[in-house]
Formats: sequence, C-alpha cells, structure tokens
Amino acid sequence: MIRVVLPAHLRTLARVDGEVELDVAGQVTQRTVLDALEARYPVLAGTVRDHDGGARRAFIRFFACEQDLSHQPPDTPLPEEVASGAEPYLIVGAMAGG
Amino acid sequence: MSGVRLLVGTHKGAFVLSSDGKREQWDVSGPHFAGWEVYHVKGSPADPDRLYASQCSGWSGQVIQRSDDGGVTWEPVGNKFSYDGVPGTHQWYDGTPHPWEFERVWHLEPSLDDPDTVYAGVEDAGLFRSTDGGQSWQELPALRGHKSGPSWQPGAGGMCLHTIILDPAKPGRMFAAISAAGAFRSDDAGQTWQPINHGLRSEGIPDPDAEVGHCVHRLAMHPSRPSVLYMQKHWDVMRSDNAGESWHEVSGNLPTDFGFPIDVHAHEPDTIYVVPITSDSEHFPPEGKLRVYRSRTGGDEWEALTSGLPQEHCYVNVLRDAMTVDTLDSCGVYFGTTGGQVYASADAGDSWAPIVRDLPAVLSVEAQTLP
Repeated sequence: MIRVVLPAHLRTLARVDGEVELDVAGQVTQRTVLDALEARYPVLAGTVRDHDGGARRAFIRFFACEQDLSHQPPDTPLPEEVASGAEPYLIVGAMAGG
Repeated sequence: MSGVRLLVGTHKGAFVLSSDGKREQWDVSGPHFAGWEVYHVKGSPADPDRLYASQCSGWSGQVIQRSDDGGVTWEPVGNKFSYDGVPGTHQWYDGTPHPWEFERVWHLEPSLDDPDTVYAGVEDAGLFRSTDGGQSWQELPALRGHKSGPSWQPGAGGMCLHTIILDPAKPGRMFAAISAAGAFRSDDAGQTWQPINHGLRSEGIPDPDAEVGHCVHRLAMHPSRPSVLYMQKHWDVMRSDNAGESWHEVSGNLPTDFGFPIDVHAHEPDTIYVVPITSDSEHFPPEGKLRVYRSRTGGDEWEALTSGLPQEHCYVNVLRDAMTVDTLDSCGVYFGTTGGQVYASADAGDSWAPIVRDLPAVLSVEAQTLP
C-alpha cells in the first residue's frame, strides 16, 4: 500500500480527506504511483503532471523520506520506505505564487 | 417572479449572487473552488442551469467545472486542451519564435442552442470546442493556423483569446478577439477566419494600421443587430457597422479612451457602456473617480454615470470580462473591480450600489436573467 499526501487544493478537488492509499502493481516508481493516482482520481489528471508527456508541472514538487525527488527520472524506483508504506510520498505545491 | 443570477469569477474562487427582479436584495454563495483563479463562469442560453467555469492555478493548471443546477453543485469535467497537430510558434515578447503552450482558459462561450456545446478561448491564443458538455475538447485550429499566427505576440497579460461572440442571426458566424493580435471573424463555424481590423490604428506597433497586431481588449454586440460591433481597444473605443469589415473611432468626449470592458444595453442597441481607465501604465480611473460612461448614440457622445460610485480615492480596475447586463425590462448593468466590489444598477446605469465590497479581485461577471 502506497501512501500519498496531496496538497490541500488537490485534496479538495479530488474530494478526499487525509492521505490517499494506493495499490501499485509491480515496481513502485513516481510514474507508477502517479498512474495509479490518476486512475483512482481522474480529476487529478493534468494537475500534477502534463497530459502530454507526463512532465511534472513547474510548481509541483515530489518529496519522500526527507528527500526532494522532483528531478529524478520518473522510472527510478522510489525508496523502500515508500514502497512498503512506512513513509508517505508527498506531492507538494511549491512555495511560489501568492 | 423573474430574477437575476450573477456569476462572478475572482482571483481566489467563484461566487454566485442571486436576486429577484427588483435587484435590491442579493444572496451570495461561495467561494466555489476556493483558492483557485476563476477566469470565467458562464451559463448556457439554452439551459440556464447549465454553467461552465474555468478554474486554474499556477500550481495545478486548468480545471473545467460544470454545474447542472445553476451553481449549487459542480462537477469537474475535461481539462485536456491539446493543440491540433504540431503547434508551431508565435512571437515572444523579445521577437523570437516561441512554441505555442497552453496556459489557461480565459473565456467560455456556451452555444446559443445546445447546452452541451461550449467554446473556450485560451492562452496561448487558440479556440477550442466541446460538444459533450465539457468532457472533451477539440481545437478549431484554423484560427491559430491563420497565416498571420506566427507573427502574433502576447500582450502584457499573456496571449489570450478573450472574446468569443456567436452571431444569433447567421449560424456559423462567430467573432473572436486576441490580445495582441486583433479581431477575427469566421463565417463557416470556425473552419476559416479572416482578420477584421481595418480602421484600427495602434501607435504601439511598428505599422499602426497593420492587418494584425492590435491589442483588442473587448468586443460587444447586440443580438438584434449583429452586424454592429463595438470594441474597446487598448486605446480607442471603436465601432463597426459591417460585421468588422471596417471600424471607426467613437471615443468622442470620453476622458480617456483606454479601458477594458464594453457592453451593450439589453434593449437599446445604440446604448453602450465603457469604464475609462487612465492609461496602460496607470490601470485605475482618472482622478480617482470610478465612472461608467454611457453613450445613447452608439458612441461619440458620452455621459458620466457616477451616482453611487466612489468619486474620490478610487484606484481599482475593471477587467475585460467583468461587465455584463441583464435583460429585465429596466436593463440591469453590473461590473466587478479588482478591489473586489461588484456594483449593480437596476436602472440602466443611472444609479449604482455595491452588491458585495470585499471579494477577491474580480476577473469576470456574467448575468443570467431567470424566468
């Protein structure tokens, strides 16, 4: 079970409270987690990464285990703590804008 | 008893303001989509309970919301806006080629007769259409593909397609306006487009009377006389009597002819409204006095409407989509400000009162007249 923490505005959009729990088949990577997230909550498609090509939106960041994973390739395996559910995968609205 | 519903988009959410036909007491609901920029909310002329809203943020991009109960509840629909084919380039601010990139939906224009069909004007300038209630969007690529497209440049607010007008008398005829490319017309439902900027003169571009490149801020039309168009350009208030084939200036005695919105009285096609703004660098009313100007002669002769509006220390702006009219017997006129006020006049502009004073900056106001 993968635990995902969404920023507040996306929790509102997806109509969820607290963490999201996802089942991810196979290797746990940023791509497979986001694929599972968008499959569960289609309204989030396009709000975290682009529809076309899947590039991370500029002001969204991905953190886990006190690391910034935003610039890692999407198919890099996530830390074991995330894959095991011990630690959440954080989708963060960067501190930018107003 | 008939009533009015105002759909208000702001920098931090949408609001729905409702009143009976007297337009004295208003119910306020919202914020809907709190924290998000809501560029535009508009209802279907064919089904007033069908609303579409453009919701966006710098973090999470574009969301389109749809309501089927007049704004009480909302459902997100499709948000995939992919340009047709290889998008190509337009000019960037520095004159270099810049790839077309979707940024946001500025304006939603529902079909006149089909609640499931709605047009979207987007930044970077393009025209999209949905025929399934907003679930999916397809570009009408001929506008962006016009031969002048690679020369278009963004205005200060981005290269936005901000105005879409559907001609009620000629099916297939539609008008669009882009900052800073100009006005365009299609006579075949968007399959082909022609620039309609003859008569415009813009000192801020290399060729002041070029075919394209003008910073058109807003177009307006009265549905009973669709060949007459009014335009608030960056500078100059303009009029066309031949569906945009040519334009002439009708700024007349306005204190300044810079501004953003322009609108037409619901029952008097020659009565029009603008809100003069000091200049392109000073986006506030001249002398700190918020004045709507009304012409009852289709332009040139203007009167200031001030009753109920602040006449000192007022430094707000009124954006291009933030003025609207209702269609009750005594035409209601409404506008919202960047200071968060929404003003209403139930007597065609003779007197005004604020409905709300402290919303986030208002981006758009649309009126629905309800049976």
